[in-house]
Amino acid sequence: MLVVKCPVCGAEGDETDFHAGGQAHVRRPATTDPAHVTDEEQSNYLFIRINPKGLHFERWRCDRGCGKWFHAARDTVTMEFKAFYGITELPPADVIAQAKGQWAEYFANRLTSENKA
Amino acid sequence: MKPRYSIFSLARNAMNYHKDWERAWRSPAPKKEYDAVIVGAGGHGLATAYYLAKNHKMTNIAVVEKGWLGGGNTGRNTTIIRSNYLQDPSIAIYELARSLYEDLSQDLNYNVMFSPRGVLMLCQTQHEFRAFQRTAHANRLAGLDCRMVTPAEVKEIVPIINDDPNCRYPILGAYYQPRGGTGRHDAVAWGYARGADAMGVDIIQNCEVTGIQREGGKVVGLETTKGVIKTKKIGVVTAGNVSTVMDMAGVRMPIESQCLQALVSEPIKPVIDCVVMANTVHGYMSQSDKGELVIGGGTDPYNNYSQRGSFPALEHTVAALVETFPIISRLRMLRLWGGIVDMTGDRSPIISKTPVDGLFVNCGWGTGGFKAIPGSGWVFADTIANDRPHPIAEPFGLNRFQEGRLIDESVAAAVAH
Repeated sequence: MLVVKCPVCGAEGDETDFHAGGQAHVRRPATTDPAHVTDEEQSNYLFIRINPKGLHFERWRCDRGCGKWFHAARDTVTMEFKAFYGITELPPADVIAQAKGQWAEYFANRLTSENKA
Repeated sequence: MKPRYSIFSLARNAMNYHKDWERAWRSPAPKKEYDAVIVGAGGHGLATAYYLAKNHKMTNIAVVEKGWLGGGNTGRNTTIIRSNYLQDPSIAIYELARSLYEDLSQDLNYNVMFSPRGVLMLCQTQHEFRAFQRTAHANRLAGLDCRMVTPAEVKEIVPIINDDPNCRYPILGAYYQPRGGTGRHDAVAWGYARGADAMGVDIIQNCEVTGIQREGGKVVGLETTKGVIKTKKIGVVTAGNVSTVMDMAGVRMPIESQCLQALVSEPIKPVIDCVVMANTVHGYMSQSDKGELVIGGGTDPYNNYSQRGSFPALEHTVAALVETFPIISRLRMLRLWGGIVDMTGDRSPIISKTPVDGLFVNCGWGTGGFKAIPGSGWVFADTIANDRPHPIAEPFGLNRFQEGRLIDESVAAAVAH
């Protein structure tokens, strides 16, 4: 049984009080540049998923509390939650530091692009 | 050549108190190089190796497995075999598999206990009734032996079913495939393993892949916990672990790994002689030859690699089945287990070449892989041997996600496979 805590309203409950919403930080390419979205980008957005054995980042919804979506960092082997954070936020720096493989790559790119902007 | 299993070999071995049975397969050390290596010794991987050797005469091949053969989802499913899917490509591959199951025991000289006892898929809402009528029409056009049955016939086929018309989800009818049924899941893996081994295929257990070596966009070898194995062709058939293995070759997959649970009850006298699937309420049940009721349901909604599922998913399944079969309400459950299934966006499998030359992938069977094992192995072997997709495998290519040619079984099959 997973115990989830909503970072918005602070409600805590088991997984039946919340709704699992799949991978976090998926960005719709057409939102920023609709005219130049390639088939590959669109297909990646719709179907390709980071599916790590270990630390994962996902979206959850506080179904029986405030109803808001939020983010969570969870280990897919131990099932342990590492952090809950807001829907517009990136994970805490210490959790990002634990990310491996495709997630590490994702956060590295994201942080460089945001620092430039 | 291995001695054949028969009534005579049984009698002969009885003379020696069954002390002299030969091993069903060898445990060889890996050679330096193979013509092809299959990663994953589950049903699909072993079937692929078997048909590569049998149909395509490729016997210098190996199957590597990180654990023991048949220890993943092949040994963790509810053994249901059926082919009444909605879409034409699905019908083609699942019906190929179902028809191969019919004489698989003879072909392998190994009793896989295929039991065409019939699969009954209940219609418990008007919507579901119409959806199954649509599937029934599609299946008739494809030549499948399937039909809709009335509530009275359902009660006749499954006398223990709750036929109260006033319950929350009354039985409005059912979709029936009399030639579907069950098989013995372990025996399928063991039979293919023994058959492949007899033709010279090396099955290497306790050998985990740690890297895929590439040169100029082509695969050249595998790094494993038992050393480097050179090969020009690799078939990845690792179900829930496919994303991590493909990541070693830099190929990203449209897959999410989730946990699907199943459980069995204490053994009781025969009460149900077909497979019943109740998709609206998320549960399916059959009775094994040992008398245990074999029960399965839906997946947990979040990614999981732990092979342990959540209690709410289980409670949901069992509650649904108690409503459908009130007689089981006081049965005790004996065993419970979880398998990590590889879910695609359209709930159809992927049998495909990849952007890396010589790297092939067969995955995405999600919650319904067992029924497809012979067909999947058949077309995947052909795909690997000829380096082009088998006609039945072609629609299941990775490129369908870019081209928008989805084979949507997620609505058609509802939750249960």
